[in-house]
Amino acid sequence: MANSLSIRAAVVSIALLLLFLGGWHIATRGTGPAANMSPEYARLMGATATQGKSAMPGPLDVGAKLWEHIKSPFYDKGPNDKGIGIQLGFSIARVLFGYVIAVAVAIPLGFLIGMSPLMSKALDPYIQILKPISPLAWMPLALYTIKDSNTSAIFVIFICALWPMLINTAFGVAAVRREWVNVARTLEVGTVRRAFTVILPAAAPTILTGMRISIGIAWLVIVAAEMLVGGTGIGYFVWNEWNNLSITNVIIAILVIGLVGMILDQILARFTRMVTFPE
Amino acid sequence: MSNDKFISIEGIAKRYPNPAGGSTAVFEDLWLSMKRGEFSCVIGHSGCGKTTVLNILAGLDEPSEGAVIVDGQAIEGPSLDRAVIFQSHALLPWRTVMGNVAFAVSSKWRNWKAEQVREQAQKFIDLVGLTGSEHKRPSELSGGMKQRVGIARALSITPKMMLMDEPFSALDALTRGTLQDEVRRICLETGQTTFMITHDVDEAIYLADKIILMTNGPGAVLAEILENPLPKNRARIDIHRHPHYYGLRNHIIDFLVSRSKTFAQTVTGRDPRHVPVVRPALPEPAIINEPAA
Repeated sequence: MANSLSIRAAVVSIALLLLFLGGWHIATRGTGPAANMSPEYARLMGATATQGKSAMPGPLDVGAKLWEHIKSPFYDKGPNDKGIGIQLGFSIARVLFGYVIAVAVAIPLGFLIGMSPLMSKALDPYIQILKPISPLAWMPLALYTIKDSNTSAIFVIFICALWPMLINTAFGVAAVRREWVNVARTLEVGTVRRAFTVILPAAAPTILTGMRISIGIAWLVIVAAEMLVGGTGIGYFVWNEWNNLSITNVIIAILVIGLVGMILDQILARFTRMVTFPE
Repeated sequence: MSNDKFISIEGIAKRYPNPAGGSTAVFEDLWLSMKRGEFSCVIGHSGCGKTTVLNILAGLDEPSEGAVIVDGQAIEGPSLDRAVIFQSHALLPWRTVMGNVAFAVSSKWRNWKAEQVREQAQKFIDLVGLTGSEHKRPSELSGGMKQRVGIARALSITPKMMLMDEPFSALDALTRGTLQDEVRRICLETGQTTFMITHDVDEAIYLADKIILMTNGPGAVLAEILENPLPKNRARIDIHRHPHYYGLRNHIIDFLVSRSKTFAQTVTGRDPRHVPVVRPALPEPAIINEPAA
């Protein structure tokens, strides 16, 4: 039953894809040669005017270009012409770097807030004010103080990945079932051992959910951050190709950003499933 | 220290601040002592503070006044000497049966090797009849099996006393019966001192040596301590045929139905330090309806 549902869903998905590609193809194909145009004028105007071709690339153009990228993802022809694989590598490295620092800060701090009502109340106003700030608003301040665009981008990832993890960890730790804590108390389990053997496993699903939200936000923000700082990365690639008026490459970049984002999310989803326990 | 006062509750009170100012006492000036190896059962309506008394004994809650002395020492916070069996079993769901019991064992004997911990845990898993289910997680167990794990966990640390907070109230009648048999067997075998809270009159009669009747809160008091007149070797199957059974049962039911409410108004000159000990005997014969001649 479930199997037949998956098959039917796959059929619908593929049909939608074909419908979309077909519509795209029809919308962007040429309308045929325009009549009565001198060859010299035609050469000057290009295919858009002479063949009635849309400036928007069709699925076949994008497919051909994508194949080129897949064949040599790691070429490096100077600062303005690097393979899409290299650009992705830079972006992923920045995201992971900022994200790991955010994990290292958010989880211990979240434990502190979750376990101590005093710290929870004391830090609450700061969290409430800092949380809604767009991470990109930090960029000028980061550039001015850090004086390095790459580190600034990492800082922006850190600051945007911090909040969901911090809030989920604090919530997960504070919401650990009273009876589990009481079990540990009656067994005279000390604070540190209790944190690792009872509270951490009990709060892990909530913490991992926060980490999953954070990696999604970090991947959203890196594109914008790299458009600002420039130099390398998939965000820079998008902006550079826009300046080159290569809509084909922009479309490919959008597709690749989506794919990488999905993979990152799925990795965290798998970790979340690993620590989730049935009750 | 005498064996007569292995556990001594001395004048404890619990008060909660009142929204109108002042405070409401759940109970006040509560005195009670238990002998080593005795099975005591507190019975009373919801809200009379039974669970609070148990939590104070466990060290999970603090009395507003008074103290509890166990084996010559005033209790300060929870201790491995007093194991708690929780109403909701409170197993750690991410650990297996073995993991849950081993967690308790390794908490008591911190420098034991893994093999030693496993052996001790296995002994108590076998004792509660869960041999073969060591590697199951709590979610794969039935309610009765979960509570067996809770009992194994409590016993595995060889506590000086066991505290049970309505341990069988969430179970179906058949499972409850089986587990009561097990608990009775284990307590008799190990000579465990046990303090249990219950709503179930028959459970109290079957298990307890002493049944403590508590009046309704707020301001609850211990009304009477009933000595169980049934023989020590009583069995579930014929307990209700014992001549003293209905006398005892009626006494408790009468208390729960009416006297628990009116006790505070009707009884005067009560000494909270000396709760009357009662030994209910044969029920008085009563003619319900005269047969027509």
